Amino acid sequence: MPARGATVTPTRMSDAANPQLTWNIARDVSELLEYHFMLNALIAGSIVAVMAGLVGWFMVLRREAFAGHTLSMMAFPGASGATLIAVPAAWGYFAMCAAGALAIGRLAGGQRRSRSEQSAGIAAVQATALAAGFLFVSLYGGVLGDLESLLFGNILGVSDGAVMLLAVVAALSLAVLAAIARPLLFASVDPDTAAARGVPVALLSIAFLLMLASAVAATSQITGVLLVFSLLVGPAATAQLITARPAISLALTVALGLLVAWLGLGLAYFSVYPAGFFIATASFSIYALTRVLAGVRAGRRRGGFDEVGAGPPPSGVAA
Amino acid sequence: MLGQEFMRNALLAGTFIALACGVIGWFVVLRGQVFAGDALSHAAFPGALAAAAAGIDQRVGLFAATIAFAAGIGVLGRGALAGRGARASGAEQADDTAIGIVFMFILGLGVFFLTRFSLSSGGVAGIQAAHTLFGSIFGLAGGEARLAAAVGLAVVVGALAIGRPLLFASVAPEVAAARGVPTRLLGIGFLALLGVIAAEATQAVGALLLLGLLAAPAAAAHRIARSPFGGIALAGLLAVAATWGGLALAYAVPSLPPSSAIVGIAVVIFYASTVLA
Repeated sequence: MPARGATVTPTRMSDAANPQLTWNIARDVSELLEYHFMLNALIAGSIVAVMAGLVGWFMVLRREAFAGHTLSMMAFPGASGATLIAVPAAWGYFAMCAAGALAIGRLAGGQRRSRSEQSAGIAAVQATALAAGFLFVSLYGGVLGDLESLLFGNILGVSDGAVMLLAVVAALSLAVLAAIARPLLFASVDPDTAAARGVPVALLSIAFLLMLASAVAATSQITGVLLVFSLLVGPAATAQLITARPAISLALTVALGLLVAWLGLGLAYFSVYPAGFFIATASFSIYALTRVLAGVRAGRRRGGFDEVGAGPPPSGVAA
Repeated sequence: MLGQEFMRNALLAGTFIALACGVIGWFVVLRGQVFAGDALSHAAFPGALAAAAAGIDQRVGLFAATIAFAAGIGVLGRGALAGRGARASGAEQADDTAIGIVFMFILGLGVFFLTRFSLSSGGVAGIQAAHTLFGSIFGLAGGEARLAAAVGLAVVVGALAIGRPLLFASVAPEVAAARGVPTRLLGIGFLALLGVIAAEATQAVGALLLLGLLAAPAAAAHRIARSPFGGIALAGLLAVAATWGGLALAYAVPSLPPSSAIVGIAVVIFYASTVLA
């Protein structure tokens, strides 16, 4: 077991310093902040939480969770393909995610298609990506350790360069999001009216898919490919359950995302289990709790008639 | 090629699993439940790992996970069971999100069990995880292959038995409900069939690649065939063709994994159908 502060890269959290979680939270926090890799993980986690929260909020609103999930799967052939041709995995992530966004836009885009046709197109893109990814892994010849951290995240592996890359990508896509937020909101809520008013709905939808792709590629570096929804869907869905007002809802999404990410990374430091597990569990718990509370409130207001399961989120529950 | 026993087993299991995937997939696409089917197939992964961590037969875990998932989206997004076909409504939003949320939680548990399992068993866990995610159709034993074929056949028979009312309930749920068709029960029964075939097919093509076999031949059949039962038959045929082609290709090219080949051919069929139609 490497000594405290050794340069050997630890393979598991518990190898780093054999940390123990105590009830003295201030001491625990200062202990984990002593490590450079932990600081990097927290900075990267915060960047990703903000970006995934904001983009995810629009994704939940636009009912594009399936597209988001499919884009997260693009990271798999991206990373394995990049390993195969010996370029940095992060480049493969972003390149394949962007390609996936364009393919989804091409195969599933357009208002003419029905929803089931759109989702069939998305499914085909995902199946192609996974088949290719598995092929790349086999051609490379067994990279199971890397595969595991690709699928489930490895917060130990966040280098200074990766943090810089995440910051640049987040800044770029949030700038684009800020620029198109208003028409995008309009086009998401009421696409027909927006199109009639001259809003370029199709262009916005491609731009949004590209933004979603970069958010997904960034998030998967912290939570792993399979758990991007813990930051992308969980906080946004919870916030939309609490309030219908966009500005407050967006702010709440970011706050919840940061809370979930810090909690998950902090707990992962003191345990053998990966951060993705804690982030997903925290994210799910907050959503489930809010859902139950919203149901209780709505039930009381409607005189005991419980209608939580169907329909749009009950608006103004927290008001 | 047919002289090899592993190849005969793979063909036997693959044929019936593919047939069932094609038939069930046709209804999945019709009902607009591709995302639910996708999530259900991924949910098989934590189930298998949980069973492995607990040291019991992985099939128990597979079936438990897919059924738990179906129940979870049933509770959080009630519309998922109603089968509103292709139309978008307010309730569909709740479903989309509910699937995403339950999905994320179940995969989170998968990570937990993978770690737990790998702590106790060294290198076996990684191989087990890879098999669950990507399938190991060439590794099926004779008994497993016969069981897979039987399950596949049973699912096809089950789907055809409820085919007519299910079709009615999928295309016009309100009318069907008014005519006394138990749409909710059909929806649950259908998700159960989907869960069974997802759990069984995971052993052949893997939890990650199952979607290709489920959605691609079915979507192609929807584009080509006009009549419902013609479409169902075509979906089953295309899925079987993709499986046979994939197995033969993977046998001829050893570096090509069989599940990649099967899903690759299924996807090519889908792309060809979009160009033709």
